Amino acid sequence: MQNYLLIESRDPFTAQAAPGHVELAVGLRRAGNAVTLYLVQNGVLPARAGADGGALHEAMTAGVEVLADDFSLRERGIGGRDVARGVKPAVIGLVVDRLADAWKVILL
Amino acid sequence: MTTALTFALMDAPFENSRTVTMFRIIGAALEAGHDVNVFAYEGAVALSFAKQAPHANAVHGRDAAAENHPLPRVWIESLITLAAARGRKLDWVNCGLCVDERGVAEAIAGVRRGTPADFWKMSMESGNTLTAGTR
Amino acid sequence: MKTLQVLETAYRATVEEQDDTIVWLTHAMKGAGGEFGLLLTGNAVCYAVHGQRAPALALGAWTQSHAADLGADVAALAAGGVPVHAVEEDLEERGLLDARLLEALTVVPRAGLPQLFDEYPRIWKW
Repeated sequence: MQNYLLIESRDPFTAQAAPGHVELAVGLRRAGNAVTLYLVQNGVLPARAGADGGALHEAMTAGVEVLADDFSLRERGIGGRDVARGVKPAVIGLVVDRLADAWKVILL
Repeated sequence: MTTALTFALMDAPFENSRTVTMFRIIGAALEAGHDVNVFAYEGAVALSFAKQAPHANAVHGRDAAAENHPLPRVWIESLITLAAARGRKLDWVNCGLCVDERGVAEAIAGVRRGTPADFWKMSMESGNTLTAGTR
Repeated sequence: MKTLQVLETAYRATVEEQDDTIVWLTHAMKGAGGEFGLLLTGNAVCYAVHGQRAPALALGAWTQSHAADLGADVAALAAGGVPVHAVEEDLEERGLLDARLLEALTVVPRAGLPQLFDEYPRIWKW
């Protein structure tokens, strides 16, 4: 088993590649790896409750941990109560911790 | 025990939010006590250009001093100071060919010119590497 | 340590740099002793098309001397022992599955990416 932290800075509403990234996260998880998807910048937009976040929900159902950068959430006016269920706000230091723990960290 | 971490940046200043994200990660790495290597490639070599200058903001009625416009070279200087205060190393390397073609050789103190071989060496000698490509 | 270079952005600054800057970087680091694989995704799958050659840019009296030869540059990596892969669905979307592509190219379906990623200790996305 390997550990993957995938950092998604783009949103699925404007970036065609973004849905494929969630697909990759799910594929890595189903292959038996630990996978975290860290949403940052506009990547947090589908994490707003009520947004079209079906892909994120699918990822979480598959066992992918989905985190949203707290700075990016605040920048976009997404408060704690506005975050979709299952998505956890996180601090950027988590990326550093995972790098230091030798996770494969990829900025998509 | 902390480990050295290496980062590669590509975007020119003021062009992409990824630059801020990477600076936040680099800052967090230094705060956590890691040594940090940065390879600035392509447009990112302008991040340390010494001639970046602040300006006023007439729309908001602020003069240059009041506006205190963010400048990436000031961020790098601040991170160099942070690293020194923590007894850690920040090795900021600008790709020399990229510097030459952009005419940004006049860089702030504390950064150096290098090559892809430096990036390779830094990455091999550190615990992990994160690259931020450009779009 | 083997590193997978994942390339997505294509034809960015390739006219004025006369290279793809990541293909070039890979060549340079390989020369410094690095061991790499190259995964072409998104529009970068177009780099696998055989025979593409950028035209020389001309502006006023100035004419470019060495326009980019991206297909040759990727082929040179392959010839130098760098495995070159491309995502099948990205090729298909761009009408390239039946095109003449780099002979050494390995086409990987998206579903096969987890296995490919697991083969490399390091993955660098550009």
